Amino acid sequence: MSGELLNKDCRQLREAIAAGRAKSVEATKAVFEAINKYEPVIGAYISTFEKQALAKAKEVDDKIAAGEAVGELAGVPVAIKDNLCSTFGATTCASKILENFHSPYNATVIEKLLAADAVIVGKTNMDEFAMGSSTENSGLKRTVNPWDTSRVPGGSSGGSAAAVAGRLCFAALGSDTGGSIRQPAAFCGVVGLKPTYGRVSRYGLVAYGSSLDQIGPVTRTVSDCALMMNVIAGHDEKDSTSVGESIAPVCNYLEKLDEPISRPLRGRLRIGVVPELNAGSDNDVQNAIAEAIEVYKKLGAETVEIEMPHFDYAIAAYYVIATAEASSNLARYDGVHYGHRTASKADYIEVYTKSRAEGFGKEVKRRIMLGTYALSSGYYDAYYLKALKVRNLIRGDFTNAFERCDCVMMPVSPTTAFKIGEKVDDPLKMYLSDVYTIAANLAGVPSISIPCGFDENNLPIGLQILAAAFAEEKLLRIARMFEMQTEWHQRRPAMPE
Amino acid sequence: MAKKIDEAQVRKVAKLARLELANSEIEEFTVQLSAILDYMEKMNELDTTGVEPLAHCLPISNVFRDDSIKTSLGTEKTLANAPQRDGEFFKVPKILDDSNRA
Repeated sequence: MSGELLNKDCRQLREAIAAGRAKSVEATKAVFEAINKYEPVIGAYISTFEKQALAKAKEVDDKIAAGEAVGELAGVPVAIKDNLCSTFGATTCASKILENFHSPYNATVIEKLLAADAVIVGKTNMDEFAMGSSTENSGLKRTVNPWDTSRVPGGSSGGSAAAVAGRLCFAALGSDTGGSIRQPAAFCGVVGLKPTYGRVSRYGLVAYGSSLDQIGPVTRTVSDCALMMNVIAGHDEKDSTSVGESIAPVCNYLEKLDEPISRPLRGRLRIGVVPELNAGSDNDVQNAIAEAIEVYKKLGAETVEIEMPHFDYAIAAYYVIATAEASSNLARYDGVHYGHRTASKADYIEVYTKSRAEGFGKEVKRRIMLGTYALSSGYYDAYYLKALKVRNLIRGDFTNAFERCDCVMMPVSPTTAFKIGEKVDDPLKMYLSDVYTIAANLAGVPSISIPCGFDENNLPIGLQILAAAFAEEKLLRIARMFEMQTEWHQRRPAMPE
Repeated sequence: MAKKIDEAQVRKVAKLARLELANSEIEEFTVQLSAILDYMEKMNELDTTGVEPLAHCLPISNVFRDDSIKTSLGTEKTLANAPQRDGEFFKVPKILDDSNRA
């Protein structure tokens, strides 16, 4: 019974609960049984809230029994990344500096989940302050990939992706600054969406790179992703970078989800491909992407070769801009108002320098150093200003591309999940693995990762689809076309005992 | 090829960033940051003359709202995470040097 419940997706579960055919309490108990069984190996969660979750589940079940209206995620157990502020539990960002931080307020997306009657089961592990591509930079614990426990789950939202793939929740929220939702989703064989910058409120998301950060869903299916977007998207007066209805109205992303995209005038879905980019991937990845595009062609799509002449400069620009913003954002951790303060008797300058030295992990220090250097006197023009200009050129590449096609398809990552420890001593090598994902953040456009195959080691491969700013409705429909034709998203990892 | 950044510069940046680094970290970061900065040189292959810097991608500029009074967190909630407090205040080490007091 509980296994059957765990295999439903969010939409099926919500429907069964709302119709009285299943109980949220049963689904929540099933999730905690799975957590008790597998979490010691997977390590997806920093904190869990069994008592609070069961109370919320019962509240939803009671409402339904009493015939009251319930929300879009009624009774569905979900997880949230631990860089989203919550009044329950701690909000750690997987950092020792915030290990005991208890937020006085909830992030807007958490308020929205609760208002939609979701059951929040826990907060997931991540690279410290979302800085990393493997979750190995967590200052608090290790998360492994449910498909192969000797491998990383990807990062920085590795805990969210591992929890969704391992059936330790039904869906999760992550954040994506340079691929942190899409790459772990690809590594763990689930769906991950980075929405357009400004589509989802960032209020209560602990800032890393403020002009790049965006919250988005990690789910088992594209339709669950659409459902989650219905709950979290929209303007928020508490986030002045969230975009209002007058500029880009929020859609009901489920309404036309199952209708394939066709263009009345030109007749066909046009997929942009950049051949020389794909060539940088492992063979298995290249083949899976090519086969995925064949699936679309059989559905009547056509491909257009496009040029992205500045794509190759995205990593360099990104690691200047993101670290510059990070060095400024992380200046607030000073041991004065909240977070870790050094125990050593120190003067006020030493309180800053020692508290930060003791609280931050190595990658966070490295990025603060890099960003501080890029913004420092004499280097600002050569690095930061140059990077912002390159960013404009990269956005121009996308603007030009989307005049010729509906979407662009490419790999999410040049490889499948790599071994734990493989890249940890070489930060530049780790940065280079983000080659396909960071351009979307620089250009602010939405991008989704969906399961599209497996490599020779039975590790999942992700197909990345990018669309124009605020074209999430179209993007989700394009992704759903593939999901309806294939069964990759139905495969499950054989969970380690 | 000369290193992009030397140990003295790394120490200076650490000071600007208010980070106390061990000698071993200074050495490690000097090597790693040099390699990363070398990679970033790649941007110089591009002629960006006349290109506007792009700080963010939003189709909005200034955002205004009514200047109306709203509830704030309040003292207790605000101080709840303080590493050290003294009544209604955050407690910190002495900042002003009193050696020049008359």
